[in-house]
Amino acid sequence: MDPLALDVAHLFAGGLVLVSFMLLYQDRMTGLVNNFALHALVVSLSVAWQAHIQHAPHLYITAAIALVVKAIVIPLALHRIIVQLGIHRTIETVVGVGQTMLAGIGLVALSIMVMLPITAKAGTLTQQDLAFALSVLLLGLLMMISRRNAVSQVIGFMSIENGLILAATGAKGMPLVVEISVAFSILIALIVIGVFLFRIRERFDTVDIHALHQYRGEQP
Amino acid sequence: MALEGLLWCIGALLATGVAAIWAAHFRAGTPVVYGAALCFCAAALGIAVTCLLAGNSLLGALTLPVGLPWLGAHFRLDSLAAFFLVVVNLGGVTASIYGVGYGRHEEAPGRVLPFFPAFLAGMNLVVLADDAFTFLFTWEFMSLTSWALVMAHHRRSGNAAAGYLYLIMASFGTLALLLAFGLLAGPAGGYAFQAIRAAPPADGVAAVVLVLALIGAGSKAGLVPLHVWLPLAHPAAPSHVSALMSGVMTKVAVYGIVRIVFDLLGAPTWWAGALVALLGGVTAVMGVLHALMEHDLKRLLAYHTVENIGIIFIGLGLALAFEANEMRAAAALALTAALFHVFNHSVFKSLLFFGSGAVLTATGERDMEHLGGLIHRMPLTAFAFLVGSAAISALPPFNGFVSEWLTFQAILVSPALPQWLLKFLVPAIGALLALSAALAAACFVKAFGVTFLGRPRTEAARNAVETDRWSLATMFILVALCLIAGILPGYFIDALAPVTQVLAGAHLPRQGELDWLTIVPVAQSRSSYNGLLLFLIIAFAAGLGAEAIHRWASRALRRSAPWDCGFPDPSPATQYTAGSFSQPIRRVFGTVVFRAREEVRIPPPGDLQAAQMHVRLRDVQWDTFYVPITGLVSYVADRLNKVQFLSIRAYLTLVFGALVALLMVLAVWQ
Amino acid sequence: MAIVLDLLVQIGQMVLVLALAPLFTGYVRKVKAHLLRREGPPLVQPYREMLRLLRKDVVLAHTASWVFRVAPYLIFATTWVAASLIPTFATGLIFSYAADVIAIVALLGSARFMLALAGLDVGTSFGGIGSSREMLIASLAEPAMLMVVFTLSLLAGSTQLSSIAASMQGPDVGLRFSLALALIGLIMVAIAENARIPVDNPATHLELTMVHEAMILEYSGRHLALIEAAASLKLLLYVSVIVCVFFPWGIAVSGQGLVAFVGGVGVYVVKLAAGGFVLAVFETAIAKMRVFRVPDFLGAALMLGFLGALLLFVTMAR
Repeated sequence: MDPLALDVAHLFAGGLVLVSFMLLYQDRMTGLVNNFALHALVVSLSVAWQAHIQHAPHLYITAAIALVVKAIVIPLALHRIIVQLGIHRTIETVVGVGQTMLAGIGLVALSIMVMLPITAKAGTLTQQDLAFALSVLLLGLLMMISRRNAVSQVIGFMSIENGLILAATGAKGMPLVVEISVAFSILIALIVIGVFLFRIRERFDTVDIHALHQYRGEQP
Repeated sequence: MALEGLLWCIGALLATGVAAIWAAHFRAGTPVVYGAALCFCAAALGIAVTCLLAGNSLLGALTLPVGLPWLGAHFRLDSLAAFFLVVVNLGGVTASIYGVGYGRHEEAPGRVLPFFPAFLAGMNLVVLADDAFTFLFTWEFMSLTSWALVMAHHRRSGNAAAGYLYLIMASFGTLALLLAFGLLAGPAGGYAFQAIRAAPPADGVAAVVLVLALIGAGSKAGLVPLHVWLPLAHPAAPSHVSALMSGVMTKVAVYGIVRIVFDLLGAPTWWAGALVALLGGVTAVMGVLHALMEHDLKRLLAYHTVENIGIIFIGLGLALAFEANEMRAAAALALTAALFHVFNHSVFKSLLFFGSGAVLTATGERDMEHLGGLIHRMPLTAFAFLVGSAAISALPPFNGFVSEWLTFQAILVSPALPQWLLKFLVPAIGALLALSAALAAACFVKAFGVTFLGRPRTEAARNAVETDRWSLATMFILVALCLIAGILPGYFIDALAPVTQVLAGAHLPRQGELDWLTIVPVAQSRSSYNGLLLFLIIAFAAGLGAEAIHRWASRALRRSAPWDCGFPDPSPATQYTAGSFSQPIRRVFGTVVFRAREEVRIPPPGDLQAAQMHVRLRDVQWDTFYVPITGLVSYVADRLNKVQFLSIRAYLTLVFGALVALLMVLAVWQ
Repeated sequence: MAIVLDLLVQIGQMVLVLALAPLFTGYVRKVKAHLLRREGPPLVQPYREMLRLLRKDVVLAHTASWVFRVAPYLIFATTWVAASLIPTFATGLIFSYAADVIAIVALLGSARFMLALAGLDVGTSFGGIGSSREMLIASLAEPAMLMVVFTLSLLAGSTQLSSIAASMQGPDVGLRFSLALALIGLIMVAIAENARIPVDNPATHLELTMVHEAMILEYSGRHLALIEAAASLKLLLYVSVIVCVFFPWGIAVSGQGLVAFVGGVGVYVVKLAAGGFVLAVFETAIAKMRVFRVPDFLGAALMLGFLGALLLFVTMAR
């Protein structure tokens, strides 16, 4: 394959890891949603590029879905939710930014350590792309566990799915059916979560997970 | 021939120590004793330098009929020993010259003078020892004489506790080394190093020996978490002894590790390198962070020694890893970096301790918060301390930069290491090294700035006077050495070549013949550094700027009150203190590493009381390791205390029980 | 004869950076002013300021020592030498083998050491503020810079800037992800080290926002002129490093002759103009951070550099 093409794909994968780090660093709600839109944009560009070099036209549809739904529709919806919930101010992380970034680096190192020996027969760049995809997944999980706000946890959850898309398209095995069903389930989950968020907000006047713990009768 | 000469010098030092017991009663005894120590150390230094430059690997071996009857005392002089003898005796020479001046202010010369030459003799003997018994005996001798020196001012608060802790840690270290040598000697019991070299141990045994050696010699060197005695004991001793302990004794401990791990253990494993390098990296960062939180000048310098030992261990760990992978040229590079840093650190740490000793005699204060403005009262000391601070912060064109540069070059060669863990560990260690270098510069801006610059904060600082000529002379000798080692590093690297040849089987290319005195550790296309050229260009640029401006612009100058944004405050209490200088760094790093907490109590308006700020730091190693261990020991001792108060019948029963048990063991074993 | 020519070219580079530095500062100010819909000071204003300051008396505080008086000359000299060692229009000049990137970073560290000491010298609280904040920023910016240097050196197989620039023009580099991380890290470090928004405001008069300005508060006359010149040189140095390493096309190689050098100068000036424009746009678009957000910012730069170096360590076997 053309080395320049592989380089560009690699650059997109690495860029996705970088945007995941930016998601970890970001602590304002509006900035977080914009960052997530960027995350989805990079994924869609990456999938489009893969469609181009693999000559797989069905991936263009995947890219289009990612772009329209996750880079435009969902961020707009989240902006509206945030404004309606009145939480468009700073959010706090459970652990400090420094430790979260260090943990993120550790997770990237871990995914490289896991992936590179397994995929020893593939080319160097494919190995790294898979390692990057696993890191995006782990960084999304890290984001979910290091945040207190429900909306930011949702964003972390969706960024995990972006990592999965990256892995699947990078390894050349993403049938359109799977993609549509996965995207649909994500959309349904998002709608349900959104409904629940409003219910919780109505009932308890807050969406802070920590505060919700107290209502369960558990120790804070 | 050279070895006999050295042993004679050492014997003369011991004799001086004995004679000093009597000479301490006279006023003239102090300069005589220090002068004698100076002569003998200088002779030993001369011999050691000629041996090192001669370039052979083995220069003499000798067995004296003292010590254990079937063993004797073996002594051996090879290039590694010659290099460390240079370091030890250079420290001895400078400390003796300093002592001539500093010793005049000593109030209890009888407690210092006999032990000083003995301490020097002990350190020299450790480096020359060639069998386990002699090594351990001289190691303990070195520890005990330095302990006596730490306890010299035992009535001052804190010194007795420091001496007690030092004794415990030193005994613990010797126990670990004893076990290590026992394992090395093996069931055959061959304690001579020659025998140990001929029969390297198996892999499992070698691993245990490595860990024991790291515990034993590492506690003397100051590896985290065994460093806790160092910042208490080193400052408690008189200043020239602090310089010797920090600058030289820690290097003797490094010698112990190098001798055991590189020479006696045979072929190293890669994870040994990883462990040593990781310990070095953690030690470096923890040492410098502790130093940043201190405002006692000597304790700051002692914690800084811990940081530099960490840097040396990073180099040693990399050398081990390279050697385990048969990358001999890279191992030589890492080893050269570590050994050059050994030399550099002994030079500038001694310089800094001498400076702090001068400040102590001039003002009676060790606490930076009570000093300030000393540059006006003690200009020469301030200049020497400034050069020492610049050298230790790894700023070109001084020597600290060259050894750190060589360590970075060794890290940049490491991607060739095949093991996975090393591939992840070495960049992390590189990041830790870079972080500790930057924090060290911050630490010494604080140390020099708060102590010497600004305005005096107390009467003592206002009335300080410059120190005597002897102290100044030795400080300026060390200043010159810092500069020379920085601008002519090629010669020093060449002098280290026979040492790395012995230990790693390779040496760096000859630097002395390169054009313009550049140093090229790996290849010309890869990296090069020319300290002399850099120094000359900077001097030229500064001179050109000064000349051009003074000639064509203006030379006018007038004095006035400081601007201070229009609110000049006459009270020196408004200037930054040591605690306030390190507050940003304490807030960023200290809240995590030390659980640093600040508490500010401001009285309500109208109340005339002063506001108070308390800073609480917790030493994490002390809380996690030492407190539980001492708690456990106290608990066990309490339980066993009952054995002291038994009746006669109970004691007889104990004796009877032990006898019966031993006989049963004998019966079963047959 | 060849040595004399090489020496002349090197001296020419030294003069070039010294002459261009105030012009670059003036250019950035002008672009920022235009973005704020002002006319702004003329491009040569920094030269006029420096000449004015050089002719004025120095007013020294009573408590200032020789460190205060010598520091500006040393700061200027070290920064000028460091700036002269960066390849601007040609690589492989005669002094460039005396110091590699690590030595250049350490030279800038020397300048900062002297500046921080000068801040503490007079014994006022403003100087202390500047020095302590500057050392905080340095304690994170210098490791970040070294990590970026590691990444670049691992890719190029050398720590010499000339070799790095030459290898970046080569065919086997490609669009490496580690290079992108190194570029972003280097830009963040450059902003922090040059006291630019969002780390520090170079035009501030408020104590709360001062870092660099607080350390030089007591300086006047020719001393202040030298320190301002050193600050301009440092900014030019960082922009030159970014431009020379990441956009190396058009740099002449030592020995190619006068025409290539003149062409190199032209390309260099164009690159500087582009870099200055980007800097001005960035500074106008973003607000200054609180002081205790700066460690997060620089910590991120350190992490990026470390990640770049880690990736290279893992995937290379050189």
